[in-house]
Amino acid sequence: METMTGAKALMTAMEKEGVKQVFGLPGGANLPMYDEFARCNIRHILVRHEQSASHMADGFGRVSRKPGVCFATSGPGATNILTGLATAQADSSPMIAVTGQVPVAMIGRDAFQESDIIGMANPVVKYAFQPRLPQDVPEAVRKGFYIAQTGRPGPVLIDVPKDVQQNESPMEFPNEFKIQGYHPWTDPDIASIEKAIDMLLNSEKPIILAGGGTIISSAFAELQSIAETLMLPVVTTFKGKGSFPENHPLSLGPIGMHGHAEANRMMAEADCVLAIGTRFSDRSVGTFEAFEKRLKIIHMDVDPAEIGKNQTTSVAVVGDVRASLRVMVKLLLQRAVKKTEDSLWIKHVRETKEYWKENLKLHPGEMGAAKILRKLRELLPKESIVTTEVGQHQMWASLFYDVIQPGTFFSSTGLGTMGWGFPASIGAKVARPEVPVVDIAGDGSFSMTENSLATAVLEDIPVIVFVLNNSSLGMVAQWQRTFYNRRMIGVDQGGCPDYVKLAESYGAQGIRAQSMDELDKAIKSALSSDVATVIDIPIDPEEDVLPFVAPGTSLSDMILPS
Amino acid sequence: MWAILSVLVENKPGILFKVTHLFRSRNFNIDSISVGTTDDPNYSRMTITTYGDEKQVEQIVKQLDKMIDTVEVKHLDEYKTVFRELCLFKLKLSNANDSMEVNKLANAFGGKVHDVKKDSIMVEITATPDQIKAFEELAKPFGILDVARTGIAALQRSGA
Repeated sequence: METMTGAKALMTAMEKEGVKQVFGLPGGANLPMYDEFARCNIRHILVRHEQSASHMADGFGRVSRKPGVCFATSGPGATNILTGLATAQADSSPMIAVTGQVPVAMIGRDAFQESDIIGMANPVVKYAFQPRLPQDVPEAVRKGFYIAQTGRPGPVLIDVPKDVQQNESPMEFPNEFKIQGYHPWTDPDIASIEKAIDMLLNSEKPIILAGGGTIISSAFAELQSIAETLMLPVVTTFKGKGSFPENHPLSLGPIGMHGHAEANRMMAEADCVLAIGTRFSDRSVGTFEAFEKRLKIIHMDVDPAEIGKNQTTSVAVVGDVRASLRVMVKLLLQRAVKKTEDSLWIKHVRETKEYWKENLKLHPGEMGAAKILRKLRELLPKESIVTTEVGQHQMWASLFYDVIQPGTFFSSTGLGTMGWGFPASIGAKVARPEVPVVDIAGDGSFSMTENSLATAVLEDIPVIVFVLNNSSLGMVAQWQRTFYNRRMIGVDQGGCPDYVKLAESYGAQGIRAQSMDELDKAIKSALSSDVATVIDIPIDPEEDVLPFVAPGTSLSDMILPS
Repeated sequence: MWAILSVLVENKPGILFKVTHLFRSRNFNIDSISVGTTDDPNYSRMTITTYGDEKQVEQIVKQLDKMIDTVEVKHLDEYKTVFRELCLFKLKLSNANDSMEVNKLANAFGGKVHDVKKDSIMVEITATPDQIKAFEELAKPFGILDVARTGIAALQRSGA
């Protein structure tokens, strides 16, 4: 057993977990662990605000499916990552946050930069550790990584008092460990899956609703196989967007508040839904009662607590959804089920899809959101990764940016954290440096974490920020136009700042695109640039996101462009 | 419905906080809670009573089960369970007969009397919440000065 400090044990344990980089910001209470960067092979990526470090770790985790790691000091450093923890928890993203804490003897004495981060973070983490002795550190790291990435993934906090980092102890790095109350996997129940197949075969209007769990478990091939074998139309939740290729004939796109018209229409008409890895959020299904009334629901989820939480189910299949879908694929093969002829339902689905393709009214201007995002899609290689911020641009991305390669689209869908997309894109680019990474942004959201430009430039992480700039908090403005009789309060961003100059001041490339021609050039320039690029695209501040399912109504009550 | 939940947890600091926080954040209410270590000091048993419809109780059981620190969560059937609560009543003594009357009442409930003073008396009752309520009704005329209750402890009957 080697004797070492808690700080060294922390870094050694993280190296053993395969950690290659940490996003963070140092301070008084985490200096001992920072000192270890001088002696280990882990890269440190400096941020300008701890919240951004947590979103970078989150973005890294979603793309690589391994926990991203962020560091923050005690007190305000720790409280600054709370939003990042809550975002990761809401979207089941694997993440490890390591915070410094005041020395054990000072805890509870309102010491300088002391915060009870364990107490504060409790509802927004999957688990939290506070090792009180240096020799407890390796096990906390080992268990933390295990918990963060197994079952339904989530963020884990490891809060390390400064003296625990400094003091020495003989260290053991356990491979084997036991967590008695944690059972992340359940084997799928074959009888339930048989029942689900029967139910789908005996329904007139069956549909697949693929949620974020499909992406987390990479069940893309299985999903596609089942959809094609049973000829089922596929809608997704917003978080499940891109779990199924959106250029596939059976794809209808996301349902929900700003879902695709055809997806909402078909979801509202279906009589049986195979719901995969979704929690039936209010933003996806509208009113819970209206949703479940008509439908037989087959619910597959890794988290047993999701079954029956928001919707009453007819058949529940608990387990990793990829494992469950694999069993389903196998059973369908055994039964030699293969639909080839179009049912009346699938014909109707095709017609509806065709109808909305022709008839959804779009903004008439040259620089309408649909045209801008379709241009981006046209020029981006299909393996490119897209993150978004939160607001109108996000919903336009959902409507008009088709994900072709599954698992290349990420957004803060659960918590709806403005400012998430840009730092998350940096994390994504660190995970996949070989592909272009674009943050589809609005000016309001981008403002919140724009200082991550410093990280992108100094750490040589050339992402693209694609700002649909209506110089306002556009989604709030849309609600004020729609529900508050155009009383526009607190939404005007006043054209401030100039994003081209802002980008340039950080040493990034800034390009303004005011026509389709300029946009074309800007995207191409960004794709070949070796520094981060901000493309500022002025748009009409009056453009609404439509269709729109108003809160508290059902998917069949869409507000459409007039 | 009234539900009795028996929750076996690892005996570590902060678990009670997490369990009660879960009830708050999921919009459930704790009616009563009692906690104590088991014969194995590595574990504590929490007995929690709550109100909710069937779906709500099922959900809270699942959420408790999902907690990494909980080892076992059971929704006990009250008809197959022994459950008792300890309650201390401090009652007012107004005249000479009251002391005797309180003694009789306490005896009827299998209770004990403590701290007999000139103008007050303490009664200890160990019973079901319903029986305690019944005692409370009968004790009211004397004048209830103070009440302290433990919340119930419960164990499922063998073979149930």
